Amino acid sequence: MKASHRFRMWRSALRKRKVNRSKAGSFVMFTFLIVCAAFTALPLIYTVVTAFKPLDELWLFPPSLVTVNNPTVKNFIDMFVLMADSTVPFSRYIFNTVFITFAGMLLHVIFATMCAYPLAKKQFPGKNLFFGLVTLALMFNTYVTSMPNYLTMANLGWVDTYLAVIIPAIGAPIGLYLMRQFMEQIPDAVLEAARVDGSSEWQTFWRVVIPQVKPAWLTIMIFSFNGLWNLQQSNYIYSEELKTLPFALGQIANGGIARAGVSAAVTMLLLSVPVLFFVATQSNIIETMNSSGIKE
Amino acid sequence: MKSNTNMRLGKPSLFKQIAKNYSCYLFMLPFAVVFILFTVVPVITAIGFSFTDFNVLEKPEWVGWHNYRQLFTGDDLFLDALKNTLVIAAIVGPAGYIMSFVFAWCINDLPPFFRAVLTLMFYAPTLSNIYAIWKIIFSSDDYGIMNSYLLDWGIIDIPIKWLQDSDFILPVVVIILLWSSLGTSFLSFIAGLQSVDRTLYEAAAVDGIHNRFQELWYITLPSMKPQLMFGAIMSISTSFGVGDAITAVLGFPSPSYAAHTMAHHIQDYGFTRFQMGYACAIAVILFVIMVSTNQIIQRMLKNVGK
Repeated sequence: MKASHRFRMWRSALRKRKVNRSKAGSFVMFTFLIVCAAFTALPLIYTVVTAFKPLDELWLFPPSLVTVNNPTVKNFIDMFVLMADSTVPFSRYIFNTVFITFAGMLLHVIFATMCAYPLAKKQFPGKNLFFGLVTLALMFNTYVTSMPNYLTMANLGWVDTYLAVIIPAIGAPIGLYLMRQFMEQIPDAVLEAARVDGSSEWQTFWRVVIPQVKPAWLTIMIFSFNGLWNLQQSNYIYSEELKTLPFALGQIANGGIARAGVSAAVTMLLLSVPVLFFVATQSNIIETMNSSGIKE
Repeated sequence: MKSNTNMRLGKPSLFKQIAKNYSCYLFMLPFAVVFILFTVVPVITAIGFSFTDFNVLEKPEWVGWHNYRQLFTGDDLFLDALKNTLVIAAIVGPAGYIMSFVFAWCINDLPPFFRAVLTLMFYAPTLSNIYAIWKIIFSSDDYGIMNSYLLDWGIIDIPIKWLQDSDFILPVVVIILLWSSLGTSFLSFIAGLQSVDRTLYEAAAVDGIHNRFQELWYITLPSMKPQLMFGAIMSISTSFGVGDAITAVLGFPSPSYAAHTMAHHIQDYGFTRFQMGYACAIAVILFVIMVSTNQIIQRMLKNVGK
């Protein structure tokens, strides 16, 4: 009797897609989510709308948040015109940001993946100490290290060069940490099989490990990408011709409401790249973050 | 350079072990060099410089605890920066962490398509440096969005100087930081929630767990402990290290230093006045605060469900 009752509950529990979910509760939760998502998204939607507003609509009172009557692409053209008479052409800021981002991101992904491999799959002296330092480094940020790094850069002659931004980005601890945690899940048997087949460490890494950790390298790519793409101002860069797009955006945004349209156009340009990147890789990122946890 | 140097030398096999695993060190070499040079060594040198008077041009001069004493007894602006940093971290840190979890938890019940869309909407503010838009929202004239709506609805008569009036600056900063606080920890939580073993929930339903809150407390949270701990580290590091986001909205220094944080103070002394020793002392204090807060929280989270 008791056993059959238990069995029936099991069955009904399994039949429902999810257990313990009341309809009313789900409704309340969904409404709450929509309201909060609207709060987060509104500034973004407003940015996109403003980017297409003609000048006279910027002066509407009260401003329209989500609509535009006569959409125009003038702001996008103005953004180049506006910066044409500055010392550095606008396209230079775009080049700087793109170059710094891609160089730093690619080197970071390659070196962090290489470094993560022995940390995840080998036993050797110094391994725990090194990974301990990486985990500790997650606990503070670059403000702490900015001053000594300035001195290091000065000694290396890197101040006011691309290297000052690109090289430190290669050693970002978060990328190594996530990559190692993800790599740990590769079954040892797979690596063993490659070894038995006579492949060298490098071949094993290249042919077996790299394809297995695709979600993780997409993830650390977007993390590295974000840091570099959004870099507003570096303490190690003075020359106008080495400055980045977010820096130029800051300059435009200082122009007040009359520049709001152009400012929004640049913001939209800046935002669209990481958003597209994230949309394309979201499922891989979630898969990687699943292994992000700190194991005791 | 390599981290194996301080291993116990008594072990007879150590050198053999190192020699046998030489390929491991080769794999690690490029990353390790950069990481050690730009993250590990600077912490040690910052501690060293913090006890000196150093203006870059002349040789550093040993001054003992002078910089620290000066910070706490002779530098009111530092005390303001410390207070602002702690206030911001105390609000944005826990609130961002809890919001990240609650939103991730709500999203987790949705079908995959809506889950992906809402994840993007919540995470998008972290994806880009778009703080400039808040300058327009909180602009001080009638055309600022906040002001124009508040004026239109008759709540205020004259526009509020959100970004100039020191009474409003800190609350505005907190709102902006909360808006962008669903970061790495949020993604980690979403992933963690998806990986909780479904059969646990079904078994729990049989064993008398009747609503989603009991389920959350008895099953979900304990199974997600590793992600909760990682998320805490991410939230703490972000919330204590605010500086650039504030500068993007308010400029540097912020009006009447109302949103001056420790990061700004480091910037000010290190890169404007080139008082490296003094700036390093501030950096060391920030380091100690961040790492010790992290250690305390990690210890607390370890005890969840014990």
